[in-house]
Amino acid sequence: MTSISPTARPGAGEHGAAGGEPAAPRRRRRRSTLNPSQWSAVAFAAPLLIYLVLFYAYPLWRNIDLSVHDYTVRAFVQGDAEFVGWQNYVEVIRSPTFPTALRNTALFTLGSIAVQFTLGLGLAVFFRANFRLSGVLRALFLVPWLLPLIVSASTWAWMLNSDNGIVNSVLTAFGFDPVNWLTSPGMSLLSVTLANIWLGIPFNLVILYSGLQNIPDDMYEAAALDGAGAWRRFRSITLPLLRAVSAITLLLGLIYTLKVVDVIWVMTTGGPGDTSTTLAIWSYREAFGTGQPDFSPAAAVGSLLILIALVFGFLHLQLQRRQEDS
Amino acid sequence: MTPRRRLPKNWWKTALGLLFTAIMLFPAYWMLNVSLTRTGDLRADPPHWFPWDPTLEGYQAVFDQQIPALGTSLFVGLGSVLLTVVIAAPAGYALALLHLRGGRTLNFLLLVAQMIPAVVMAMGFYAVYNNLGLLNSIGGLIIADTTIAVPFGVLLFTAFMSGIPRELLQAARVDGAGTWRTFRSIVLPVSRNSVLTVSLFAFLWAWSDFIFASTLSRNADFIPITLSIYNYIGNNTTQWNAIMATAVVASVPAAVLLVVAQRYVAAGVTAGAVKD
Repeated sequence: MTSISPTARPGAGEHGAAGGEPAAPRRRRRRSTLNPSQWSAVAFAAPLLIYLVLFYAYPLWRNIDLSVHDYTVRAFVQGDAEFVGWQNYVEVIRSPTFPTALRNTALFTLGSIAVQFTLGLGLAVFFRANFRLSGVLRALFLVPWLLPLIVSASTWAWMLNSDNGIVNSVLTAFGFDPVNWLTSPGMSLLSVTLANIWLGIPFNLVILYSGLQNIPDDMYEAAALDGAGAWRRFRSITLPLLRAVSAITLLLGLIYTLKVVDVIWVMTTGGPGDTSTTLAIWSYREAFGTGQPDFSPAAAVGSLLILIALVFGFLHLQLQRRQEDS
Repeated sequence: MTPRRRLPKNWWKTALGLLFTAIMLFPAYWMLNVSLTRTGDLRADPPHWFPWDPTLEGYQAVFDQQIPALGTSLFVGLGSVLLTVVIAAPAGYALALLHLRGGRTLNFLLLVAQMIPAVVMAMGFYAVYNNLGLLNSIGGLIIADTTIAVPFGVLLFTAFMSGIPRELLQAARVDGAGTWRTFRSIVLPVSRNSVLTVSLFAFLWAWSDFIFASTLSRNADFIPITLSIYNYIGNNTTQWNAIMATAVVASVPAAVLLVVAQRYVAAGVTAGAVKD
């Protein structure tokens, strides 16, 4: 990120060079009715530009720097870590945790978004109908999303507790065997996914609901007059017209779910063993979760995570651009 | 579709809606219920579905032990709000109304910034703060927490300010107002709602942050409430009524915001996702 500042004017803010976002030449023709001088625009953007360089670019750079050096705790303090190039990446990918973490990340992410999207869509359609209290109830659906994650995660941990949890006590009451939700290898990933689905429903509901608001009522009325039933109206009107909003919701859900740490960490710390370890959890555990921080492999896992998120991020941008064009 | 025919049908929907909401809010109810349960009844089998014999001992523990942590979180939250708005509002103005050169690139960078996992940022911040001596400092935590809200804030301000009628700005110019004066006296007051939305999210995100708190402030003299709850779980897995009481108290800002600023919440969620 070198600055190719076209505005080497004095007084463009003390860090005006940071304004060197490569200027696309084709934008120059734009002449607004206001036509304020370009340097005042840069001055107003200067705090953000400085902020982005100091608190995004620099930490990210340090993260990459960590991943290509061999930082032990001592080297971390003394700052004399050895440069090892790709070695951390190779070790991470060869580690037995890698396939497990990758699989868990895929299951956790895809499972979460598939279910929360389906439920969110169903609820959005349900709440679109005008009935008494619909506004209030819809607002209440936001609660899980507004609660601090640590609060929700500890509540779920207590509800799923093997001995005294409410879930097991209900299961036993109906004659089922109690389940070791958080402590058995087969169930831990499912348990954290369940909690995460619960957390994701409000987000899906709100976005899809607002997407539904943009579908004109007369379309439904016309379809109803033509004799289309509720299911037919959903399939032929709601789904196609909601496609763009759905795509964005799913992608954002994906990007968001890839980064989840708090929920899993509080409920299972990625265990037992590696059974609920995702890439994000793995990275967090290596760096901060044990008494012995191992920053370099953690940073390497982090970089892989960024890479995955960016792939979906670019998809998101493509989608948005196409939407703007149409 | 006459109203008379719709009425009974809608009653049925209200009932269904109540049922869905009850299921959805059950964990929140359970948290409240456990927070009021006596220690001796915590292990009851079957568990008490309703706190017939409520106790405030959990809340007593909160007020004895958690006041400083709540204060820290409040301070960090307000600090994050201030920093976010101070950085994001002028930038939104530059992007939306001053035709900043390279604005598209900047927008792109902000979208990408939102995709970077907090774990990765936390590691980078740890390394940077370690050198700067900012570990375990409240200021350092505030800065780290704002990285969640700043890109969102800029995008939201840009979207909102683009909609301000140009006549309003031209009138100000005719009256001799410069860009700064226009920003202060017209753009900011008109954007009051978006300032509220951004502030609300910046506060909520900072208040509920766990990753940055647990990595950058783990040995601080004053720790935020999320980290305090986490430590509490680790040290004290038997006192679930106290843990849940802390959780209830930590949820108060969310509850208040939901009641007071519900429409801004919905507006914010949508604005973060769908640009139009």
